Amino acid sequence: MTTVVAALEEVEVDYAGRGKALGPFSLTLAAGETLALIGPSGCGKSTALRLLAGLEAPSRGRAVLAQGRGETSLVFQAPTLMPWASAEANVALPLELAGVARAEARSRAREALAAVRLEGAEAAKPAQLSGGMAMRVSLARALVTRPKLLLLDEPFAALDEITRRALADDIQALWADLKPAIVFVTHNVEEAAYMAGRLVVLSPGPGRTAIEAAVEAPMPRPAGFRTTPVFRETAERVSAALAQAMAAAA
Amino acid sequence: MNRALAIAAPVILVAVLLAIWEQACRALNVPAYFLPAPSAVAAAAVNTAPLLLASAWNTLSMALAALVTASLIACSLALVVSLSPLFEEAVRPIAVALQVTPVVAIAPLAVIWAGLDHPERAIVGLAAVVAFFPIFSGALTGLRAADPDLERLFDLYGATRTQRLSRLRLPSAAPFLLEGHKVAAGLAIVGAVVAEFVAGSGGAQGLAWRILEAANRLQTAKMFAAVLALALMGAGLHAAFQLAEREILARWSGRRR
Repeated sequence: MTTVVAALEEVEVDYAGRGKALGPFSLTLAAGETLALIGPSGCGKSTALRLLAGLEAPSRGRAVLAQGRGETSLVFQAPTLMPWASAEANVALPLELAGVARAEARSRAREALAAVRLEGAEAAKPAQLSGGMAMRVSLARALVTRPKLLLLDEPFAALDEITRRALADDIQALWADLKPAIVFVTHNVEEAAYMAGRLVVLSPGPGRTAIEAAVEAPMPRPAGFRTTPVFRETAERVSAALAQAMAAAA
Repeated sequence: MNRALAIAAPVILVAVLLAIWEQACRALNVPAYFLPAPSAVAAAAVNTAPLLLASAWNTLSMALAALVTASLIACSLALVVSLSPLFEEAVRPIAVALQVTPVVAIAPLAVIWAGLDHPERAIVGLAAVVAFFPIFSGALTGLRAADPDLERLFDLYGATRTQRLSRLRLPSAAPFLLEGHKVAAGLAIVGAVVAEFVAGSGGAQGLAWRILEAANRLQTAKMFAAVLALALMGAGLHAAFQLAEREILARWSGRRR
């Protein structure tokens, strides 16, 4: 039997003054699963992510969350690092907040930085890092607690194409090592098809599932995956579904 | 712009203005009690230098004592207020009233409360009132300036209130606190001088007293010398705070200039 890491059951989210942002929407995440939530701006993707993180409660329905401190991690669009703290101190933060002794937290932070190819950048402050490096620090911070669920909120949005691709491969390599369930929010269909085994397309707000598609290829994706028929076919099918959902809402 | 030129430009301008002033005084035979020539001011400054230095130190030490007092009260209050919106509602009208009331208007009261024998206490108190608002407002803004996504991360990682304060909100407030203190330092000197004028007693013997004393005797050159000392002191203090702010912020953000 597959272990469920987190689930949303018929959740709806209303915002005072802005109406319904999401739902009814359901989602079940199995351990180690990689899922992409795709949809246009304002469809409630990020709201769904905040529900999964337990940062918001649904107005109706039920959110079943990963229990325990550090079992859920979140990476935002921007690196969201503390500008006054070194890369190492930023990565050690979740551990130190959980009461892990400083020396151990720092040593685990250095390992996490090494895992994202940032050896030697431990003492650097965020302003001294490039955008891609800062995102990798953010990723290291998310993974330092060895989470069961990793939530990624458009993590490539502010990066150039080359950095995006490198980071996408980094995330897959880290996934292969730790096997957290991943929910990856994006509005880019090709990125979603590359990063996830299951794609869920949301209709424009309030978001509901418009279509679900599986990408029948092993994770992490092999080199040249973007040129395979499976990738092209999935991307086209999902793009068409997204366009249809948009047209239906217009 | 060429750096040497940027430094030279104001120096040259001041020299030209002084030369015009000097020549005008001589050519028009302006009486010294009305407008002394720069050379007379310089002579007065040199002759009274020890007295001016001692008075400048008195004013400066009172202003710094006021700054420390204001900083302690303003920061503690901002901390409490940042934790409770209700308390902020309660405190805000008082803080604003304190800011908009001219220090001159409450000075006589402060002099009475401090006791006529202790004008320096009144002066420190009044200067602290003037210095309070920029620090309070900077600290409060700073304590709320933390990145909302970082706040969410602290939620996600189950941070306690103390952890959130010490590891997120206080460090986020640092640039605002520095700016608030820099503004307050200048205001503390203004406050100290105004309070000294109003106290109108020689008990504190600061620069304002030197100005009053010289004015009563129509020794205008000495007045100018005291004003000059005051301006130099203010500029020096501002420069010191500016430098400290730049250094601390460079370390804070890891950006070396």
